[in-house]
Amino acid sequence: MNAPMPPTNGGCRNAPVLKERGQREVFCGLTGIIWLHRKMQDAFFLVVGSRTCAHLLQSAAGVMIFAEPRFGTAILEESDLAGLADAHDELDREVARLLERRPDIRQLFLVGSCPSEVIKIDLARAAERLSQVHAPHVRVLNYSGSGIETTFTQGEDACLASMVPVLKDTTARELLVVGALPDVVEDQMMSLLDDLGVGPVRLLPARRIDETTAVGSNTVFALTQPFLGDTHAALERRGARHIAAPFPFGDEGTTAWLRAVATEFGVSEATFEAVTAAPRARARKAITQASEALRGKSVFFFPDSQLEIPLARFLTRECGMTAVEVGSPYIHDALHGPDLDLLPAGPQISEGQDVDKQLARARAARPDLTVCGLGLANPLEAEGLSTKWAIELVFTPVHFYEQAGDLAGLFSRPLRRKSVLQLEAAE
Amino acid sequence: MKLTVWTYEGPPHVGAMRVATAMRGLHYVLHAPQGDTYADLLFTMIERRDHRPPVSYTTFQARDLGSDTATLFKTSCQDAVERFDPQAIIVGASCTAELIQDDPAGLAETMGLSIPVIPLELPSYQRKENFGADETFYQIVKHLARPQDRTARVTCNILGPTALGFRHRDDVEELTGLLSDLGVNVNVVAPLGATPDDISRLPAAHFNVLLSPETGETAARWLEKNHDQPHTKIVPIGVGATRDFIAEVGDIIQKPLLIDESRLRMPWWSRSVDSTYLTGKRVFLFGDGTHVAAHARIARDEMGFEVVGIGCYNREMARPIRALAKDYGVEALITDDYLEVEAAIEALSPEMILGTQMERHIGKRLGIPCAVISAPVHVQDYPARYSPQVGFEGANVIFDTLIHPLVMGLEEHLLTMFRDDFEFHDAAGPSHHGGHSPLMDQDASGGSFSAKMKDEPLPDNVVWLSDAERELKKIPFFVRGKARRNTETFALEKGLQEISLNTLYEAKAHYAR
Repeated sequence: MNAPMPPTNGGCRNAPVLKERGQREVFCGLTGIIWLHRKMQDAFFLVVGSRTCAHLLQSAAGVMIFAEPRFGTAILEESDLAGLADAHDELDREVARLLERRPDIRQLFLVGSCPSEVIKIDLARAAERLSQVHAPHVRVLNYSGSGIETTFTQGEDACLASMVPVLKDTTARELLVVGALPDVVEDQMMSLLDDLGVGPVRLLPARRIDETTAVGSNTVFALTQPFLGDTHAALERRGARHIAAPFPFGDEGTTAWLRAVATEFGVSEATFEAVTAAPRARARKAITQASEALRGKSVFFFPDSQLEIPLARFLTRECGMTAVEVGSPYIHDALHGPDLDLLPAGPQISEGQDVDKQLARARAARPDLTVCGLGLANPLEAEGLSTKWAIELVFTPVHFYEQAGDLAGLFSRPLRRKSVLQLEAAE
Repeated sequence: MKLTVWTYEGPPHVGAMRVATAMRGLHYVLHAPQGDTYADLLFTMIERRDHRPPVSYTTFQARDLGSDTATLFKTSCQDAVERFDPQAIIVGASCTAELIQDDPAGLAETMGLSIPVIPLELPSYQRKENFGADETFYQIVKHLARPQDRTARVTCNILGPTALGFRHRDDVEELTGLLSDLGVNVNVVAPLGATPDDISRLPAAHFNVLLSPETGETAARWLEKNHDQPHTKIVPIGVGATRDFIAEVGDIIQKPLLIDESRLRMPWWSRSVDSTYLTGKRVFLFGDGTHVAAHARIARDEMGFEVVGIGCYNREMARPIRALAKDYGVEALITDDYLEVEAAIEALSPEMILGTQMERHIGKRLGIPCAVISAPVHVQDYPARYSPQVGFEGANVIFDTLIHPLVMGLEEHLLTMFRDDFEFHDAAGPSHHGGHSPLMDQDASGGSFSAKMKDEPLPDNVVWLSDAERELKKIPFFVRGKARRNTETFALEKGLQEISLNTLYEAKAHYAR
């Protein structure tokens, strides 16, 4: 048996949580569109919002890429604010024009924003109306990515949750794997599950609308991302059952995740060992090499993506780091509990944010590595702290065995860089 | 409602942030939801600033809306003043907070703060980033500038440079040097690097140099009217403009000015024979009004290009750009719709684009070289090296910038002569750009608005015969698009149904210049 051993000093599941409310230095849920529009190749994301929304998407994406997008913003103007009936007419017109120009689009998401929520444009009603107009070729759904309701990765959660009610019904016993993964990682995962004899396996989100993702009371589902709380609830409402597990980061997380699924599907110990032994060995070897610079170092997580708790578990247990503070925008026991059980007691667990107070704690602790958002990284580097931008963890393939070494490498690179640069002036 | 893919300008509160971030000792309390904090990364990532912008966001959430967002604003104000100890604060709302109508100005006023509180009214659903910066700077100047005596020596202020400006850091340095050579000291540079105290000293200068009309013009006009400070109208970008600017300063201070031009290399670089190949290159210009106007003059009069199109995205500059376009015999394109700009470029098929990061992207898609001359720009357009746009060194820098994307003179001929060489073929792109390869008909996303527009079939069913098409492929990539378009236009004008080898060469002769 290779079940992960709980820490000898106890885990963090019952540790006191520092809950703060103050200025939050985080993206809003619209940001998820940056990776979702690449994942779902027949989908278009139409934000109903302001110039700020368009600028956010451009800036969040623009730091890394500048390609032709499958998303856009219907920018509200003064005239739209005057009368809401007009806003719906305008939206219908813009959608008709968009779909005419882009016949390859099969799913359209109307995405709510802060301004559209505040002036209460009913996008659910609009989606229903537009679905009728453009069915059967195009399905129109809606969700909110607004910053008054969602934080960064919660946008993906809201998007996936909006798809759950329209999934086909099934009575088949199937595994539904939930969470947008890079295609290469998804393929690796499917091959592992296939080798284990687990199936049929369905994916949410599917790459295209026509793929046969369905749900019902015999569905069991596993999450690959720790920020899918609403989707989790929506699937349970459809009668599906969650397989609780640590998230598949690193050797240990991947093994525990696969084992939970394997146990559910009655996979024999011999088969499990046969399938996982080789990739596990590779993962361990890669982690050992990539984490050399991390051993004995301390890490401080600012809240960003809700990946913080599983990643802190990986860094402390598999890379030899010590966590000082693990901040998460939200902590959800059903999702994060298994990882908190394994995270050795010690770090301050915090939820929410008051950024200036948290910065003061980070400065006092002077961690060897600080995981934070793009707005904070360079200022902290200028103060002599090494940082890892959290957004890269969402954009890079980091799940499952073959990426375990890369994941460790993402954290060690800033430290290695610091050690190779010889730029200080002579004394 | 207007569908937007990419935007040239952010919302007006980002303009206010550009002013606040440029200054020292000033803090911006912004009533805004949490997502609006993304704007910090514009400064910390794109411009690589090593400090957080001095902005406190209230980051209200949905659950606050029913209760008391006003108190949240006041708490943020109080905390910001205590924590950052600014000399003054500016207060305002982002687009969402504008809708909930908490009146940040009124709230801040009731708090009895001991420092100046400058309220901002920036209509998010009507105006944009440049307006926000211009208006913010104007409000700060209006609130803080104090009547006072002029300095004993002749001094000026430099107005307009902000954070996230296009080369503002280096322009201030170059301009300060130029003015010093002219015997004029700089009293205050603002907003970049200025404190609220410095702003109060603005009226001590004898005149103002308006470096960036987009972000400083309203303040400059106000100072002219209320403190009797004339301001310069010429932005010294380019050789001719710099000389004119020097004359303008001479007029203001009523002194003929002579300047040493020994550092100015640009005119010789442009006259030297290797530059012959630049003659008549068809260029399209798009960006902010100030940079486009300056570069149009450089392109035509100093590089020997042919200007085939001019446009700007900031409506505030529509009038001067329209007048300029008329002068150049072209139609002005005033739009902030990226797709319209792309369509215009496709229709004109220029040999080079002088634009922003958007046009660089358009150029990449269409296989047209592009030099970036204006904001908005990307992280690679904040160079570590000194690269001003203004003054004599600016003219040198611009010459290099404009020729870098082009295939070099002799290389052009070699490509034409030996186009089938396996290492030195046209698809490889200019030889001094490693890894560059223009992708005429590919699009990584698998589809785009513009690709749709591009795939439209030829009107009237003009068909390329295979010998003509083979010949077309032999034409180097940097003129192939133009050759195709010219030939098709020519065929249409002649009422031809088919394009043969002969049609291709007749068209070539027809358009020869």
